[in-house]
Formats: sequence, structure tokens, C-alpha cells
Amino acid sequence: MVIDDKMIDYIGELARLRLQENERESAKNEMNKIIDYMDTLNKIDTNGIEAMSHAFPVKNVFRKDEVKPSINREDLLLNAPDKSEEAFKVPKTFD
Amino acid sequence: MEFLTTMGLEVHCELSTKTKIFCSCSTEFGGEPNTHVCEVCTGMPGSLPVLNEQVVEYAIRTGIATNCTITQYNKFDRKNYFYPDLPKAYQVSQLYLPICQNGHIDIEVNGVKKAIRIKEIHMEEDAGKLIHDPWEDCTLVDYNRCGVPLLEIVSEPDFESGEEVIAYLTKLKSILQYIGVSDCKMEQGSLRADVNISVRPVGQKELGTRTEMKNINSFKAIARAIEGERQRQIDVIEDGGKVVQETRRWDDTKGMSYAMRSKENAQDYRYFPEPDLVPIEISDEWIERVKNSLPELPEEKKARYISEYNLPEYDVDIITGSKYLVRIFEGALEVCGEAKEVSNWIMGEVLRLASETSTEVEDIKFSPENLGKLIVLVKKKVINRNTAKEVFEKMFSENIEPEQYIKDNGLEMVNDDGAVLAVVKSVIEANPKAVAEFKGGSAKVKGFFVGQCMKQLKGKADPATVNKIIAEELEKL
Ligand SMILES: [Zn+2]
Repeated sequence: MVIDDKMIDYIGELARLRLQENERESAKNEMNKIIDYMDTLNKIDTNGIEAMSHAFPVKNVFRKDEVKPSINREDLLLNAPDKSEEAFKVPKTFD
Repeated sequence: MEFLTTMGLEVHCELSTKTKIFCSCSTEFGGEPNTHVCEVCTGMPGSLPVLNEQVVEYAIRTGIATNCTITQYNKFDRKNYFYPDLPKAYQVSQLYLPICQNGHIDIEVNGVKKAIRIKEIHMEEDAGKLIHDPWEDCTLVDYNRCGVPLLEIVSEPDFESGEEVIAYLTKLKSILQYIGVSDCKMEQGSLRADVNISVRPVGQKELGTRTEMKNINSFKAIARAIEGERQRQIDVIEDGGKVVQETRRWDDTKGMSYAMRSKENAQDYRYFPEPDLVPIEISDEWIERVKNSLPELPEEKKARYISEYNLPEYDVDIITGSKYLVRIFEGALEVCGEAKEVSNWIMGEVLRLASETSTEVEDIKFSPENLGKLIVLVKKKVINRNTAKEVFEKMFSENIEPEQYIKDNGLEMVNDDGAVLAVVKSVIEANPKAVAEFKGGSAKVKGFFVGQCMKQLKGKADPATVNKIIAEELEKL
């Protein structure tokens, strides 16, 4: 796989990033390097090795189903760029 | 042209855990906006999720009750998309290794039995609620529902009619309620269905292009949405057009669906393994323990009611279809031991009053034990049936205790034959004209006497006794 202009635009759009011309070029280069590295990894013989789904050999970390106080609404909204008394405010959104 | 319809269902059900899936915020419905919210469920930087064990337990329960295989090694993945109801810009879900797979639910439509296959059930988190603010023309976001645990139950495209869809949903809802994993209140959004639907001309093998209708939240609306969308697709094809694969929203008041703003890349969710959560390993012992803790399921209960109590299949179907009716049935039965009577009361007065007062069966308030007591009171002839119905209306609306209520209001039946006889005699004496008619051969005038006597007895006598005494007295004339 090669990251071309079309692909970088698509990825930018999915990530909601507006890329300038020079940023596009450097992003393209960096991503191609990552893809190249994947190709290198793909060459390794992994027959008989179990797929790893997590970096740590830890499993079943659970919490009991017990309610704890939520955070104070004023504190919650403190850093919101825009808010009403009780809610986060965002630009008009609809389906 | 004749068309065949094929449908698949994705059902989302909110689990009735006390807390959210990854944090300890309450899942209680109807709180003030943004009061059941913390740094985890709003995705504040640096916060980390910890899985609620009860969610896994409920998922296993659901999997077993729907004949699924439990995936003993499963994990979470991130589904990425930008929408303000999702503060992290990804939903934690399960794509690669969902917790339950390959199950089925058996349904019956017009006497035909059919198994609907379940492809998978996965655990995920619910999103927040967007509220449009018309004053400022902006959107307000309430994250109280964000992070409430959901199971998404995905069927195979096995449905061929709206009736099958409704039968499946009815069955699924009753299973989920029986095993106590969800209250399935569609009006509160704790059970929602997305329908995938396609049509194809009879004879064509491959399935037609499907559309998806999202978040329809009542059975009736689902039936209408299916019929509406099926017809729309047929019209498109018959007009020489092509059905476009898209997500549509069903507007139930207008009775039509419309395409949701097309997001060309919307399907590219770029799933990847969730690094903040570790895998889940479910042991054989855990599965065995859940299996043993499952209550009797609707199907088993139905069979038992028919064989043990000898009740009609139709009645049993209705009663075992709802955990709440079962609670009434079993509670009343324990007190009175009269299965047939309890069943008749439920099929008659209980459902009649529920429908007349638009009460959902889950919101019925009277205590089942009191219905049992009422049945005993009728059997012991403390009250007659008509009085019992009046008392029951009071029980239904105010959950009164029948014995005390009957005493307080002096509703006990007059069981003293002498007292009845005195009333009968006085009625006969007071109505010489009716007596003459009776002597003239009119049998129906008997009904008049019964009515007059019951009136004088204020309805508190055993109609059979009154009938008998009137007949005897008239014979003597
Ligand atoms: Zn929280």
C-alpha cells in the first residue's frame, strides 16, 4: 500500500484535519515510512505464534457495580469552550 | 411483479446495571442534564476506563438465554467517528471478538415455527443526547446516557415479514426481562431496533440492495416502518430506478422515511483494538455458574404452565410473554392455588383495566397476593363475582387490601338464606302485576324479580341463591 495524495486527503478528512500543502507532503512521507515498516514486519514468519491483542499480559480487570458520586456539573463544564448552565454547547448538529 | 422481502435486525438494549460500563456514574434515567457524568464518561484527557463486571455477567446471561456460544477470550475495539454525542470521538465496542456468537431465537408466526439466527452479541457504550436549542440555533449536549452499557444483538437476515420481526422482538424483550438484564422500556430508549431491509423480485436469487432504518422505538412504528420502506423500494424498482444503500430515518407521524444526510465516509470507522482495556477471559466455571443461575425462560415456563395447570395455550402465551404478568400469576397462585381462576382474572380484568387506563403491564401496581386473596374470598362466598370486580378496580387503581376494604365498606355477601327469603317475599308482595304476568305464563318476568331482589340486597347476595329462592317462592303461588 502507498499513501498517495488521494489517500492523505481521505485520512485528513476522516480525522477532521485541514492540511496545508507542506503539511500534506510531510504527513505523506511519515505515513509511507510507517507503512514500509509494516511491510518489514509482514516479512517475519509468525507461524505458530499466537496473535497478541494487548501489550500487557493482564486480563479481567473489573470494577464492582457500585455507584460513586459523579463530578459537580460546574466543575465538569469549567473548561468547555462554550456551555449553557447545564450543558455543553456545540454548533448546530443534526442528522 | 411479486417481491420478496429480506430483513435483519440490530437491537440495542441498555443493561439495567446500577453504574455505567466504564465508570461508577449512575445509570438512573431522567436525572438533571450532565449530573451523572464524570471525567471518564466525558473522555477527559488522562482518564482511564475500568470495566463493570456486571456488564460481562449480563452479556453471558443473554448469550446463554439466546443459545449463543460464549467467546471465552474477547476484547474491546474502538469505533472511530466524530459526532458531539460521543465525547471521545470513538465508541468502545467489540468488532473482532464479540462476547457471544452463533445463537438463535425460536419464533412462531401464524402457527409456523422458525429459528432466527443471531450472528453475534457485543458489549458497547451508549452515546449522549443532543438537544436542539431553537433560541440560539445551537445544540446542547447532555452526557447522562453516555457510557450506559449496551448490548447490541445482531441477527442474520432471516426475516421475511413484519410479523416475524415483531414476533422476534416480542420474544427477545421477554427473554431480556426474564433474565433481568434490561427493563426494555422502548419509550425510554432502553430497547431500540435498527432494521436492514431489502426487496427482490420473486425468482431472483441474490439479495437486493439494503437500506437501514435506525432507532425505531415502538413495535407498532417498526411494523409501519417496514411496510413503508418495503413499498418505497418496490416503487423505486418498478419505476426503473435503483435502491441506494443508505441509512434512512423513519418519520412515524408522517408515515414515510427519508435519507439521512449522506456521510460518504461514515462507514469507515477505522476500528482498532482498545489499548485502554485489557482482554476478558471467561472460564468454563463462570459460564457454568451463569447457566445454573438462569431463571426459567419463557419457553420452559409456557410448557410447564400448560402441562401442570392445564391452561389454554393462548392464555399461557400472553401470561408467560411478560415477566410482569408471570409475577402476578405466580404471586396470586401461591395464595389461592387456583391456576385457572388466576389466569381468567389476568386475561379478563387485569388486561382490560390495563388497556382502559393505558397502563403498561410493568407499571401495574396491585400486589399479586391481594388478587389471590380476592379469589379466595369469592370461593368462600364472602363476596360475589360482581362485588369482586368492583373491589378489584379499587385494587388496580389504589392497591388496596381486599379483605379490609370489604369489611370497611360492608360488601360481604348476605349468606343468610332467611334474610334473602324475607327480601324475596317482600318483592313478590310489592309487585302484584308482575306476579299476575308470571301466572299468565311469562317466564322472563323471573328476571325482573331477581333484579329487584339484588337491588334491595345491594348486590351483596349470591345470585344462584337468590334465583333458587325466587323460583321456590313463585312455585308456591
Ligand atoms: Zn462517568
